[in-house]
Amino acid sequence: MSLVQQLPALQVAVPLLTAPLVILLRGPALAWAAASAASAMAFAIAIALTATVLSQGAISYDMGGWPAPYGITLNIDALSALVLLLVTGASAVTLLCGRASLGQAMDPGRQHLFFAAWLIVLAGLSGIAITGDAFNVFVFMEISSLATYVLIAAGSDRRALTATFKYLIMGTIGATFYLIGVGLVYMMTGTLNFADMEVRIADVTDHRPILVAAGFITVGLALKAAVFPLHIWLPGAYTYAPHMVTAFLAACSTKVAIYILLRFDFLVFQGNFDVHAVRFVTFLAPLALLGILVGSAVAMVQGHLKRLLAFSSVAQVGYILLGASFASAAGLTASIAHMFNHALAKGALFLAVAAIATRVAGLRLDDIAGIARRMPFTAAAMALAGASLVGIPGTAGFVSKWLLLQAAFEQGAFGIMSAVVVVASSLAAVYYVWRIVEAMYFGTPASGETATADSAVAEAPWPLLAGLWLVALSNIYFGLVPSLPITLSETAAIELLRNMP
Amino acid sequence: MSPADTIATAILLPLVGAVFIALCGRWPNVRESVTLFTASALAIVVWSLTPLIMAGDRPELVVAQLFGGLSLAFKVEPLGMLFAALAATLWIVNSVYSIGYMRGNNEKNQTRFYVCFAIALSAALGVAFAGNLVTLFLSYEILTLSTFPLVAHKGDAATVRSARVYLGILLGTSIALFLPAIIWTYSVAGTLDFEPGGILSGKLAGPAVGLLLALYVFGIGKAAMMPVHRWLPAAMVAPTPVSALLHAVAVVKAGVFTLTKVIIYVFGVDFLFAEPSAEWLLYAAAFTIIAASVVALRQQNLKRMLAYSTIGQLSYVILAAAILTPLSEVGAAIHIVAHAFGKITLFFAAGAIYTASKKTELHQLRGIGARMPWTMAAFTIGALSMIGVPPTGGFVSKWFILAGAFQSDNYVAIFTIILSTVLNAAYFLPIIFMAWFSTEAPGGKAHGEAPWPAVLALCVTALATLAFFFFNQPVLELESQLVGRIK
Repeated sequence: MSLVQQLPALQVAVPLLTAPLVILLRGPALAWAAASAASAMAFAIAIALTATVLSQGAISYDMGGWPAPYGITLNIDALSALVLLLVTGASAVTLLCGRASLGQAMDPGRQHLFFAAWLIVLAGLSGIAITGDAFNVFVFMEISSLATYVLIAAGSDRRALTATFKYLIMGTIGATFYLIGVGLVYMMTGTLNFADMEVRIADVTDHRPILVAAGFITVGLALKAAVFPLHIWLPGAYTYAPHMVTAFLAACSTKVAIYILLRFDFLVFQGNFDVHAVRFVTFLAPLALLGILVGSAVAMVQGHLKRLLAFSSVAQVGYILLGASFASAAGLTASIAHMFNHALAKGALFLAVAAIATRVAGLRLDDIAGIARRMPFTAAAMALAGASLVGIPGTAGFVSKWLLLQAAFEQGAFGIMSAVVVVASSLAAVYYVWRIVEAMYFGTPASGETATADSAVAEAPWPLLAGLWLVALSNIYFGLVPSLPITLSETAAIELLRNMP
Repeated sequence: MSPADTIATAILLPLVGAVFIALCGRWPNVRESVTLFTASALAIVVWSLTPLIMAGDRPELVVAQLFGGLSLAFKVEPLGMLFAALAATLWIVNSVYSIGYMRGNNEKNQTRFYVCFAIALSAALGVAFAGNLVTLFLSYEILTLSTFPLVAHKGDAATVRSARVYLGILLGTSIALFLPAIIWTYSVAGTLDFEPGGILSGKLAGPAVGLLLALYVFGIGKAAMMPVHRWLPAAMVAPTPVSALLHAVAVVKAGVFTLTKVIIYVFGVDFLFAEPSAEWLLYAAAFTIIAASVVALRQQNLKRMLAYSTIGQLSYVILAAAILTPLSEVGAAIHIVAHAFGKITLFFAAGAIYTASKKTELHQLRGIGARMPWTMAAFTIGALSMIGVPPTGGFVSKWFILAGAFQSDNYVAIFTIILSTVLNAAYFLPIIFMAWFSTEAPGGKAHGEAPWPAVLALCVTALATLAFFFFNQPVLELESQLVGRIK
């Protein structure tokens, strides 16, 4: 077998095996170079896999040559390809361009450990997206979560530790719930393979354990995905983590949890299971709507830039879930496309935050007042990404908002209500993005000592700026030429709905 | 050059111009030459399309397929042609005026001003030529965003507050109402292309039609129907050339133009005429006309008064479109032109007065006719056109709107137009009287006319206001294509 055919295995193996190597390298520059190279390679592999999926359909790969029911299968279909792109892309861009920001956050003697943990997160998240085995998902989830706690705790603010602790407790509960659910499904079907489960669950006669399993899995993954009201770990974790970690995690980590949630609820539980009384729709849709409203409302009154964006993420998770809870092809397409588009917008915003943080001490809105005069390129990219978050036409955010509203209009009265909520939340987004833009462009820096310190503020380091603009411009690109995310999400929606009545 | 290339050139030219303006920022004379050159070239390009449209051609340009059968496409039809030609031509005059005004007042950040102006023009042409609602919406939002730095030009606290109102209302209404209306239309009609006769006929009925119309009317905030009009007075904090070209022509006309286009090409005139739930539009427009005139009567600040006058005049266009007869639809199109000439003249005059004397309030204008005869002569012509006195352009459009109203025995419209004419006279005539026949308050600063480019520009537009009374045949011919031949 040629190396090309081993790409699915390499997707996880490359970052996983580079991680110990990075520890051995020790020197911060070398460690960074190795981690970036591995991450870039993972991104390249993801692109290659996506190209294959687009041209030839889903890929299936037996680990170690063991066939399906016995061995572990890696499955890459349109949905996993899209999530893979997000995970590896976010990691590659943030690592390659974010060295200046990281160097600021921690002393060089410990950086190699940090990069090793980063690679393990990358391996874990890609593993979840790629594996076809429910227990394997749990293993990768734990790998990535434990390493994520390390990354967040590396934040220079002491409050990062309490934020990590909160995340650790809630994340562990989430993972445990997931494991209990998988155990119950295994008990009833005798398999851990997703494809097998999908078939065998039809023969199960006693539905009660499956219902319990669905409850555990949905709640467990909702915790990981920061679905309202289980989101309370997210604002702290995003706020106090090192800026590059926030950019990486905000772009992909919650989406990976939603990815597994969609797999389970649509492929395993939904279609084969008509007595599934507490439907995904009736349970998650209200939470999605509440999350949208509460997340947006809270974001409107935040004074801290990262916390504001974090609450906006809670609302955006609501958008993704709302689309899925319509359980229609249009709704799922909107939901999956929004995963992609939101990752672009939020990734760019947090990169801009990182860029600003390299030059300014605080990240409250007062601290960034008038920053546009000194960092015009950073501010412009931030405004552009903000426009995408709001959903201004011509940006990626507009595409998913359009699809979501269009899907909502198919749903009758409930759809109209959802559309109203989405529109209200868009207006809230106009407001909070506008607060940032206004502070950057029209705010006057506080007088006195800060003003003199500010006069030294210059543009962010160029690699950071380049990465920031790359992501910001891809918001425009995918706003005008959205065929890649649309094709992937349309295919994924059809695949997810194959068991629907 | 094929017609499709011409369309692309017209949209791209101002953008290319913007890049060069930005590059030449250090040399003001070169920079202004670039603006003037771009504006003239644009006017030539846009005008070169008119013979085709006159001949009944409808050139198209599909730029890109977006998603789900939507596309980024342009298609030129008579109404858009008129709007584009108007905006492009007045940009030249306005640029001449801007040079006088911006230098005369030593404004800061002039490069940013000219760059944003060029981008706004490109967006306005995008609105004019849009072949479907998605393209129109995209251009509409770019127009909002690109004019925002112009409104916030001064950058002090009061300006930023007004600019916030501007952006909040325009962006808010478009996202909250206009976008859902478009998506609703798409899910009902399955297409968003502008088709003669409309795309909704037979696909929607009952109160839903009235509701969808309401989403459009109030979602297109640029049309400044009450109660979503407040952004327009707020926008008056901008330098006067912005108020003149953008908030008397390009932006506000983009609003009423979009609305007229939606009525003619999305709903279809016949469809709306037969639908009782759409009748409210007439009353809403009538209310806005009267209310805006009453508010204008109470204003003390010249620019704010002109802003409320604009709100009223915009609703003339909406009223005309809502009468839903062939003559009135033509009247709506003509009023877009007639009001543009008159109102840009009035704003030019207001800016010239400010530049020469720093006067902004109405009571300060006593006897100013003696000091600034050219400016006040132009102001008088513009004001007469607002009232609709012959021989000015305002008379022509009012004639057609009234004729359309009589055609369908629409007494609400007739009464509104008459009452509004009286009110217009009531707030313009005292100013004209004061300016010419009162004596100046003692102790005033001696001043003459504004810098010559400003005076030249306002004389040109004043002459155009007069000329439109005599030479309106081409416009009539072009717009009569909207509704088939009319006698």
